[in-house]
Amino acid sequence: MEPIKTISSHIVPVMDDNIDTDQLISRDSLKEVAKASFADMLFYGQRYLASGAKNPAFPLNDPQRAGAQILITGHNFGCGSAWEHAAWALRDYGFRAVIAKDFNDIFYMNSIKSGVLPIELTDAQCELLAALPATAQVTVDLPQQTVTSAGQTFKFKIDPLWKSKLATGTSDIELTSEFNTQIDQFEQDNN
Amino acid sequence: MGQTMFDKLWQRHVVAGKPGEPQLLYVDLQLIHEVTSPQAFEGLRENHRQVRRPDKTFATLDHNVPTADIFNIQDVISRKQIQTLEKNTKEFGIRLADLGDEDQGIVHVIGPELGLTHPGMVIVCGDSHTATHGAFGSIGFGIGTSEVEHVLATQTIWQQKPKNMGVHVHGQLPKGVYAKDIILGLIAREGVAFGTGYAIEYYGDTIERLSMEERMSICNMTIEGGAKYGCIQPDQTTFDYVKGRKYTPKDLDAAIANWRTLFTDSTADFDTIIDIDASQLAPMVSWGTNPGMTVAVDEAFPPVSDENTRKAYDYIDLKPGQTAPEIPIEYAFFGSCTNGRLSDLQVEAAILKGHQIDPKVTALVVPGSRRVKLAAEALGLDKIFKDAGCDWREPGCSACLAMNPDKVPAGVHCASTTNRNFEGRQGAGARTHLASPAMVAYAALNGHFIDIRKVEA
Ligand code: SF4
Repeated sequence: MEPIKTISSHIVPVMDDNIDTDQLISRDSLKEVAKASFADMLFYGQRYLASGAKNPAFPLNDPQRAGAQILITGHNFGCGSAWEHAAWALRDYGFRAVIAKDFNDIFYMNSIKSGVLPIELTDAQCELLAALPATAQVTVDLPQQTVTSAGQTFKFKIDPLWKSKLATGTSDIELTSEFNTQIDQFEQDNN
Repeated sequence: MGQTMFDKLWQRHVVAGKPGEPQLLYVDLQLIHEVTSPQAFEGLRENHRQVRRPDKTFATLDHNVPTADIFNIQDVISRKQIQTLEKNTKEFGIRLADLGDEDQGIVHVIGPELGLTHPGMVIVCGDSHTATHGAFGSIGFGIGTSEVEHVLATQTIWQQKPKNMGVHVHGQLPKGVYAKDIILGLIAREGVAFGTGYAIEYYGDTIERLSMEERMSICNMTIEGGAKYGCIQPDQTTFDYVKGRKYTPKDLDAAIANWRTLFTDSTADFDTIIDIDASQLAPMVSWGTNPGMTVAVDEAFPPVSDENTRKAYDYIDLKPGQTAPEIPIEYAFFGSCTNGRLSDLQVEAAILKGHQIDPKVTALVVPGSRRVKLAAEALGLDKIFKDAGCDWREPGCSACLAMNPDKVPAGVHCASTTNRNFEGRQGAGARTHLASPAMVAYAALNGHFIDIRKVEA
């Protein structure tokens, strides 16, 4: 996992509420058995027209927003199925942070595990960012836990453990292996 | 200050970590299916890791299964995913309920019916409807593939403890109103995110009278209200259900004595409480594209209030002010981990018996597991469904999600006993209407929903 410190980029707003994981990835990508790239499958239903051509009305296809690393969105982002593929698709597409009004609990964890920083800001802050010109730069500073743009800085919260994992890119299983004795002990006590 | 049942369950499973911080929890059972596990096994292999407790891991095939002919998987990618799980479980020594196996079925149906699920456990699965297992007085929750890998390797998981919410359900359910209407009614009133950050415990005299299968339907859809965990205090109904199943704990009396300690000390221990008067509930039908977009059968669809509702109306092709009986139903789906159990099929068959479904309607009946299928056939339910004009299938997720050959065609309105009505959930362009098994059965007969309180009274 690539460690995250600061992310400076322009943004893509998709401001719907309740964007579910079924919208975030195509059903076909769920049948994948390898750790493939899911970039093309992100927002599959809205990103492409029936002809297969890119839907010019969808913000992800706005040429001015190409290469954006930060997604801005509404309430309850990532609700629905537990598919981590949704977070992988965001990561593979190039998003390193998602700023939402709030997140679904399962998605939030999947996003952390996939190395995509989930940031919760207020409704007003999200709307303000979404309304910025397409070329505006937004900077996310993980150590400081801030989002800065156009002279305004917003603080965000994140659990220190999740923060250190994102900042160092450490694998969870490695970290947990430090607790092997406790796990052994727990199994002994509870058998 | 006392503890909630959830607090007690949590505390008993903490391996490391301080309260208030993410804690390492021990996992008693991980259920696995073909969709969310391949990359987890790949990760183990890449890092030369083993499965710590294959004996606490159980796998089944459900999402990709073609229910018309389970051994004839036409879709090569689906077949590869199924074969991958067969290979992975073999390599890592995990029990797989393979196609045709007597234990095979939807992951949340087989766990309880095999006695793998019982009170007092922490159960995880790479699937959001794992909340189902909380109906036994356990902690059950959905996880992503990275977490699946972590649990395979360590039998533990890092979790931040949620807050506690009590949902107090009291009063007599009116005729024609079912457990499914309790959870749909709750989500219709409170929205699809009211439970975010919470573990929900359902309690009250209405809940106490429900069967285990009804309790499972409620806990199952907890995630549709945003909460990862839904649970119910175990009682005699729970103990009677668990008794005598394939993997039920051997010393059941000792286990029950322990399970009796699982209860919430006082309702004051909940961080927040929601009250539901079951006697005021009505049969519910979803009109839109998330489970919160649901109304009572005789209630007008709401006005367009924002961009979300406008998009929903566009997709579903209905108008504000209409009511559920005006939806032209051309498809009925009976099944899923919400309502694919024997008691659901019994309710439906009792309604369909001796009748024909509307000629415009295609109806699919998909038992939640092989055991459910066999039990239904022993009761002659398959014949009732077939005589009524329904298609009787092999167990699997089927058209609950359009990942196998069973799909609702584009533009078609489907009365469905499932849990999600998202855009494209049952097929590209498919229009899903969530309702109770009885409501869907009557919709299949009539070609539209009816107010079943009038016929069932
Ligand atoms: S029946 Fe539907 S909701 Fe349940 S596990 Fe299968 S796909 Fe998921």
